[in-house]
Amino acid sequence: MTVLDHRHPAAVPGWLPGATGPRSDPAPLLPDATPVRVLGTPALEKTDPELLHELYRRLVVGRRYNQQATTLTKQGRLAVYPASTGQEACQVAAAMALGEQDWLFPSYRDTLAVVSRGVDPLEALTLLRGNAHTGYDPKATRTAPLATPLATQAPHAVGLAHAARLAGDPVVALAMLGDGGTSEGDFHEALNFAAVLNAPVVFLVQNNGYAISVPLTQQSAAPSLAHKAVGYGIPGRLVDGNDAPALHAVLTEAVERARSGGGPTLIEALTYRIEAHTNADDATRYREDDEVAAWREHDPILLMERHLAAAGMLDDALVRDCAAQAEDLAARMRAEFHADAQLDPMSLFAHVYAEPTPQLREQADQLAAELAAEAEVHH
Amino acid sequence: MTTATPVRGARTASMAQALNSALRDAMQADPAVHVLGEDVGQLGGVFRITDGLTKEFGADRCLDTPLAEAGILGTAVGMAMYGLRPVVEMQFDAFAYPAMEQLFSHVAKMRNRTAGRLPLPITIRIPYGGGIGGVEHHSDSSEAYYTHTPGLHVVTPATVADAYGLLRASIASDDPVVFLEPKRLYWGKTEFDPALPVEPIGRAVLRRTGRSAVLITYGPSLPVCLEAAEAARAEGWDLAVLDLRSLVPFDEQTVCEVVRSIGRAVVVHEASGFGGAGAEIAARVTEKCFHHLAAPVLRVTGFDIPFPPPMLEHHHLPGVDRILDAVARLQWED
Repeated sequence: MTVLDHRHPAAVPGWLPGATGPRSDPAPLLPDATPVRVLGTPALEKTDPELLHELYRRLVVGRRYNQQATTLTKQGRLAVYPASTGQEACQVAAAMALGEQDWLFPSYRDTLAVVSRGVDPLEALTLLRGNAHTGYDPKATRTAPLATPLATQAPHAVGLAHAARLAGDPVVALAMLGDGGTSEGDFHEALNFAAVLNAPVVFLVQNNGYAISVPLTQQSAAPSLAHKAVGYGIPGRLVDGNDAPALHAVLTEAVERARSGGGPTLIEALTYRIEAHTNADDATRYREDDEVAAWREHDPILLMERHLAAAGMLDDALVRDCAAQAEDLAARMRAEFHADAQLDPMSLFAHVYAEPTPQLREQADQLAAELAAEAEVHH
Repeated sequence: MTTATPVRGARTASMAQALNSALRDAMQADPAVHVLGEDVGQLGGVFRITDGLTKEFGADRCLDTPLAEAGILGTAVGMAMYGLRPVVEMQFDAFAYPAMEQLFSHVAKMRNRTAGRLPLPITIRIPYGGGIGGVEHHSDSSEAYYTHTPGLHVVTPATVADAYGLLRASIASDDPVVFLEPKRLYWGKTEFDPALPVEPIGRAVLRRTGRSAVLITYGPSLPVCLEAAEAARAEGWDLAVLDLRSLVPFDEQTVCEVVRSIGRAVVVHEASGFGGAGAEIAARVTEKCFHHLAAPVLRVTGFDIPFPPPMLEHHHLPGVDRILDAVARLQWED
């Protein structure tokens, strides 16, 4: 028995002025006990067949994109590639849940979401090829640069959504994060700011089980990552991250909720990183083959094929057409990346400031002289 | 603590009032200018620099944020991406450190990362420096962290007129500006006219001409240098005082012209010396003006110690005597 005996509530009536007690009921904010699924449930029949076919197409093309990019790293044609193999459902559903006017804030593992959003597949890879930091135009594509520092893009999404709301524009921002990113301070600050500002923003956490080598059990002791939402006063949703139509439904709901002034949502998608962290990583050092094999049976493309076929919604023509489109893209990637990149060393000084400082002008002159001397030696 | 009141036309004002006027005028001139930070709304900021802005422009334009500096700056990045021109207040020098990753990895690099497609016109106002009797974490001179980061402009006014003009110029800049406000100069009043044309950032100004040696300084050390120059007359030295006003861009041309014409120079700042702005300036001046120098360029700086408790800070901060000691070591016998 302690002095705090909960069987006898304190006699103090409520709260003193200025102090803040519990202000809302957390129950409606809690995620479902089990992840939301559409495949294998009655919800599948209610889903638009065209949407299912488009999701399937993007999954198949996306898988090939991941495979080809991974191969290109082995051939030394990309500097590095953090593959989203196994996570394609999250990638394509995120892109498809957004409208033209909305903004995507991807992390470094979300190149496929960027491509699925409509960014040129080769421009999306300049960062990882190593010839430019960001190859696409963020404003024209409403897609932020791939964020390499973890969770730092989350507050950007909040700020952009906040500015759009102030302007009266029906724009939603979607920030993509990983399970490891939820440990970062920026994740916390972004969710808190989003909630306080009622910003039209959606946070999608792809929980793929590992932050490089560290499993989720060592990353968080929360009941689920989706439960973290409750602490900020926003709803958390838990969804099967390999069920593309389920992801699309949950994301679309959250996007429309944000667009209509309902505020932010945190979504945790349960998925798995089939490949190592990057081509430079050795996943056999920290996880068993059996675990990977089990997740291969829960592969997002496999699930779609199995359930669409069972429902009579998948025909050979579609399968062939998607495969052909995937091969076309892979061929284009090989053709482009086997050619040497065009580089302009003088561009290093072009965009540090709107106007180069006198010191940068001097350094640019120095590099130009070095290049001229090199050229002379070569002739 | 004095409360800043709106300033109109030529008049006597404190630096705090001039900064307040600059924010108000910038917000009036451009609806894209938004102020955000901790306690900037109803309270008007702990130094009252944002006094009255929420009342005049509404809480959306001058926003009290949750207490989280990375969140504030990260949110400002997103706002700038959408076309706004955010002005962020960091409450104190050392309280800006949680925002360093946003500043270094995103604010400073976004223009470069996107080949010029996504410039971030963000002004980050930071009250900095000691001399106000602040307890620990309230008196840091953090300028070298910022000057060492390509992509940032680093500006620091030392006069009331510059506080107004440089803040207007910083807010108008399409590049991110770290705007360092010498908090110990907030309340000194002088005449200034906000109607005078705004000077671009990046230009040093000679505050006092002299033939013996030049004191190169900025921000909170300017009044100390002017006092030292006055005291030096008794020693027979005629000291010039150069106010850099902007550390990045660094006005190398003006600095070198002055040093070449005088031949002796001392760099003065209150930040620690090792790896500080003064080290860069001394090295640069030596490289560019070597044959015009009669003595090595000396530095008078704070010691290489964490900022002291308030009762001891006067031992750390460069004063008139320490400056004159350095001047005495400029090899006059040669």
